Amino acid sequence: MKYLKNVATLKLDTEKCIGCGICLSVCPHKVFDLNPGKVEIIDFDACMECGACMMNCPVEALYVKTGVGCASGIINGILGGGGECCCDKGGICA
Amino acid sequence: MLEEKTCCCSRPALNEDWVIGNVETPAGVIPQVRTLLTKKDKVGAIKVRCAIGRNNYIVTPGLYAAGSPTDESMVFVSANYKLSFDHLRRALDGIDCWILVLDTKGVNVWCAAGKRTFSTDEIINQVIETELLRIVSHHKLIVPQLGAPGVSAVNVRKECGFSVIYGPVRANDIPAFINADFKATPEMRKVQFTLRDRIAVIPVELVIWFKQALGIAVVLSLLSGITHDGYTFTVMPKVFGMVFAGWLTGGAIVPALLPWLPGRSFAIKGLWCAIILWGIFFISKLTGSTMLENSGWLLMLSAIVSFMSLNFTGTSTYTSMSGVKKEMKIAMPIQIAAVIAGLIFIVWGGF
Ligand code: SF4
Ligand code: SF4
Repeated sequence: MKYLKNVATLKLDTEKCIGCGICLSVCPHKVFDLNPGKVEIIDFDACMECGACMMNCPVEALYVKTGVGCASGIINGILGGGGECCCDKGGICA
Repeated sequence: MLEEKTCCCSRPALNEDWVIGNVETPAGVIPQVRTLLTKKDKVGAIKVRCAIGRNNYIVTPGLYAAGSPTDESMVFVSANYKLSFDHLRRALDGIDCWILVLDTKGVNVWCAAGKRTFSTDEIINQVIETELLRIVSHHKLIVPQLGAPGVSAVNVRKECGFSVIYGPVRANDIPAFINADFKATPEMRKVQFTLRDRIAVIPVELVIWFKQALGIAVVLSLLSGITHDGYTFTVMPKVFGMVFAGWLTGGAIVPALLPWLPGRSFAIKGLWCAIILWGIFFISKLTGSTMLENSGWLLMLSAIVSFMSLNFTGTSTYTSMSGVKKEMKIAMPIQIAAVIAGLIFIVWGGF
């Protein structure tokens, strides 16, 4: 299952990457692959902007504008709510 | 004797029925949890799945024991949403270990990580509160991979000396993960959204949108009762039936068929289902006798189903915020226009 093409805000600074592989182990959608010494984005459109890779990269080689891909959350945010999403209370991600 | 140990508010409650004993440690008595789920746990899970009392399904944060752990046993980190906690303790059956429950305000691991309540700071906070350093001799925490969006392993280590090992996405894979020397396979790292997962969320979807569907059905049936020879209630059952068929389609059919519906946009996936639903009603001559009324129903059903589908992005496990925003910008003005036009066409067409 893949979402819209070419919308993700993920950016990789290959220069900085030290090839530690941590982003591979935290990414829930197999966006990266490890070439010897460097990581490579192999499935850009699969990125859901969760931010796990950015949070855990030890050298700040990754950037992504994080947010929850949830329409009700975005609507609530615009209407002044706290961006509450339906998944807060019983999503699949138990 | 217990009182002096439970005075602090962060100590887990010992009177829960899933607490089966105590484990003595240098930092006090730690409640030992049952690793088999009882009927009560299962009924509770079904209830939250059906959106009954799901805002209050929580576990007191703090440290718990599974089996008879020692100072060398592993520490598994979890959220204080009881469903998350139950999944974990069931998976830990037969394994002697510690469970460190973070205060995520009763929200599951992944959503809490997204909201940063499952966070670096909260891990550090619980490590300190529970005096974990006095209980275990190693410096390792196993954090569920889905907690990673809220946690910086580098900072946890820097601030409290514990190194984070990311465990598998699904608690069920923990025994295999342990056997593989704390390494998760690529399969264990990937988030799925299986038919089973999608069916499990249907009740919540239907409950969330019930009020809105009812509102539309009431307004529409009251207004379409106005005809040129007076007011009639005869259209009411038909209108209710069609609106709720749209609600069922958006809340159950679209989630179930999600990967097989054409297009990547959720609103478009919903649109296909709405058109088929309308086709069925059209053939059954339920969408009215005039062209206006017929097209009104097409607009109305499309708007209901595609709006509900668009909102299913929040429950799905693979949509990005940039993508949802892009889709909303295009779809929502059309959906709003379709509801208004649909309402006018149906009422006018049936006049
Ligand atoms: S933001 Fe999340 S989904 Fe996107 S690449 Fe990073 S870890 Fe993977
Ligand atoms: S986490 Fe950062 S440094 Fe490590 S492989 Fe990924 S991008 Fe490279």
